[in-house]
Amino acid sequence: MIPSKVRRHLVQNEHLIFEQSSPGKKGYQLPALDVPEVDSVAALGAGNVRAAIEDFPEVSEVEVIRHFTRLSTWNYAIDLGMYPLGSCTMKYNPRINEAVARIEGLAWAHPYQPESLSQGAMEVTERLEQALLEITGLDAITLQPAAGAHGELTGILLVRAFLEAQGSPRKRILTPDSAHGTNPATAGIAGYEVRNIRSNDQGMIDLEELARAVDSDVAALMVTNPNTLGVFEENIVKAADILHAKGAMVYMDGANMNALVGIARPGDFGIDVMHLNLHKTFSTPHGGGGPGGGPVAVRKHLEPFLPVPRLRRLNDALTWDYDRPQSIGKVKAFYGNFGVLVRALAYIYAHGGPGLRNATVDAVLNANYLRHRLRPYFDLPYDRPNMHEVVFSDDRQAAKGVRTGDMAKRLIDYGFHPYTVSFPLIVHGALMIEPTETESKRELDQFVEAMIAIASEVDDEPQTVLTAPHMTRTTKVDEVTAARKPIVRWRPA
Amino acid sequence: MLAACGLRSANELFDQVPAAARIDHALNIAPGLSEYEIADTFRALAAKNAVGYASFLGAGVYSHYRPVVVDTIVSRGEFLTSYTPYQSEISQGTLTTIFEFQTMICQLTGMDVANASMYDGSTAVPETAMMAVRVTKRHRILVARSVHPEYRDVLRTYAKNQGLPVDEFGYDDESGKVDLGDLDAKLTRETACVIIQSPNFFGIVEDTNAIAERAHAHGALLVYTFAEAVSLGLLEPPRAADIVAGELQSYAISPSYGGPFAGIMAAKEQFIRQLPGRLVGETKDTNGNRAFCLTLATREQHIRREKATSNICTNQALIALMATVFMELYGKQGLRELATQNLAKSRYLASKLKPRFNGPSFNEFVAIAPGADEINRRLLERKIIGGLPLARFYPELAGTMLLCATEMTKRADMDTLAEVFNS
Repeated sequence: MIPSKVRRHLVQNEHLIFEQSSPGKKGYQLPALDVPEVDSVAALGAGNVRAAIEDFPEVSEVEVIRHFTRLSTWNYAIDLGMYPLGSCTMKYNPRINEAVARIEGLAWAHPYQPESLSQGAMEVTERLEQALLEITGLDAITLQPAAGAHGELTGILLVRAFLEAQGSPRKRILTPDSAHGTNPATAGIAGYEVRNIRSNDQGMIDLEELARAVDSDVAALMVTNPNTLGVFEENIVKAADILHAKGAMVYMDGANMNALVGIARPGDFGIDVMHLNLHKTFSTPHGGGGPGGGPVAVRKHLEPFLPVPRLRRLNDALTWDYDRPQSIGKVKAFYGNFGVLVRALAYIYAHGGPGLRNATVDAVLNANYLRHRLRPYFDLPYDRPNMHEVVFSDDRQAAKGVRTGDMAKRLIDYGFHPYTVSFPLIVHGALMIEPTETESKRELDQFVEAMIAIASEVDDEPQTVLTAPHMTRTTKVDEVTAARKPIVRWRPA
Repeated sequence: MLAACGLRSANELFDQVPAAARIDHALNIAPGLSEYEIADTFRALAAKNAVGYASFLGAGVYSHYRPVVVDTIVSRGEFLTSYTPYQSEISQGTLTTIFEFQTMICQLTGMDVANASMYDGSTAVPETAMMAVRVTKRHRILVARSVHPEYRDVLRTYAKNQGLPVDEFGYDDESGKVDLGDLDAKLTRETACVIIQSPNFFGIVEDTNAIAERAHAHGALLVYTFAEAVSLGLLEPPRAADIVAGELQSYAISPSYGGPFAGIMAAKEQFIRQLPGRLVGETKDTNGNRAFCLTLATREQHIRREKATSNICTNQALIALMATVFMELYGKQGLRELATQNLAKSRYLASKLKPRFNGPSFNEFVAIAPGADEINRRLLERKIIGGLPLARFYPELAGTMLLCATEMTKRADMDTLAEVFNS
């Protein structure tokens, strides 16, 4: 008997901080000033000095602590349980990562302090670069991009700069119809038009369709591998050959790298440029939506175009090299989300080479286990072994009027975060499930039980599912009114 | 579990990966370390960095005290390990904090709407330019040379590939403020926006209203950026601007060798649908209780794909939460008192040196420093990291350096610095 994952308990109410404010309260203490006071109006000019910040909060320290602690209890989190979110790789975030990122010499390093006093930070960067190159099998890497989408932009700008140096940046980026939304958005921001490539009946790249689409106007194909069905693109090498034959490149979205670390390297299967998501594959915390890290690894021919500065080792010391005439320039100030890099390197150290491979094996095993346990209950449009995630469809339940989004909301009542809903677009009514390696069999079994229970509710009491969630403190919210009449800040009544 | 999957060995899991694509060797990465060894490794690395130095560096990254409450809050797993709050029913904690964040950014900047955060100040700047282009349907960007050099670098990278020419206008050699004459000369009917920073890279407070008048007279938008958010506690908010972008690193975000930080982007009400990034809005749940959700998603990449306002997806939520806790702890009085202390410290330091510009400065300023590198070398011997020699970014300002003093700067260290400077 699997014990139920949830039951009710008291949750504190909490007002907005502005509604708790009262004049004169404070939650800080500054040291006494050890220099003469300055009259700000005299120093800056009357026109430059503001009046008091209208309606800004005034609260005590304990009120701040209680405020955020109460609000925190309204969140679901990895620390509370599994996130079966396909494509998001929500794995456990080891706390040693947090501890080492806060060591004073790293946390308080100023980006402009002398290089002679920054060798430790630069060495963190160098070691992470080396580990990620070993993992991807590519030739050079930049750690500057701040997140996955930022890495995509950097990668496509590298492609563009390379082609421009050959004579023309070309016009078009190809994306499969199963691509993440950031892919076409990135191509647009980088100045390219986007053409969608239809997948074949197996949900894979259609080589004939691809061959027809690739001409001398195509700059690159943006591909996710394993693809968003969680299946390894078996023809990836042939697809790459088609692009390369026309002087175009293959960009890999590394969102699904958790299926490949230690097993296959993009550099070995034809990829020219890719990004990694440190906040997915390398366990840095998602933090409610960031920060991330989006390193971009490339094959040799793109190396001259990487953002400045590049890390170099000269006479046993590390230095930042800005003398890179072909570089695309900077994509972010300084050297990247360094604190995230520290955490990712700590993760790599904790696992080591063999441990990283084991993590991949466990991630893929967990996802295949879920496929086998759930396939009797949900339609599996592409019924084949999967890698780190599996995509079902709501076909059977839709016949009863219940859709993927409804079941996802019902999953909340069972103590889980919803799976990814209605993505990829090539699966009608998709339920996209990625357990990651850090879930135990016990947590997976609880999830399976919850999904089976929901499937039977769809048969017996569909209304319960359609009106879910029922157990949450906040019930279904009115998103339509929120968008029609946006209220995006508090104002006094 | 393998048996449940009908498999005999874990290797069979990877049968779908063609042999040609598989690696035939173990990763060349040493075996895993224990927690103690990891901590020890990073402590050794950290010891190779500057530890125990007083520093006068600012230039976009500032040393401000981080109240311990900030890490207490952001270390809670419910914030640290939660996903982007798409599922409103189980994300009200994060959504409520973002709504408060958006509100306080509006209160500080004088804008009507603010998004949930950008990567940092440097990447927020090109986003403002692209937004101005969408709003005005013009395509030239005019940016002040006194905007942070790295922000301008990032702007150029983005703009180049969208066919948006970026022109620069200069600063006044005496005041260090923007050169209004040069601005007048370069404003055209094609200018989508004028981008300024205040306090600017030299630490000087700009005359925002005068610049806004000129930009608006030509039908261009004014973009106001800031790198030192502590200034917002004391300076008149840029109400004449159309878009405000900036960097919140000063709000309890450690320097961390340049990131992760949190950028902001705020604007006048009428531009809300052109604002990039995530936005939280207030609404009600089916029981009539106040609730929050991500809203206006039709601007974003996962809905609009190639027609989105930006490709930004993951932002800096947890870092923005640090800033939110900081703003609520300091509050109305505290932000002002903090800014006033910064002003006093910096003016004390300036009184002992020779400022290069005579415009009003906030907590950093350019000092005349012939042989700047040599001065810095001598300061290092006294365990002091001096200022940023400006020759690196402004060849015409060789022999000067940018120095910063905050509430954490001790008078004794300022006296020592002045002594080395003047010896």
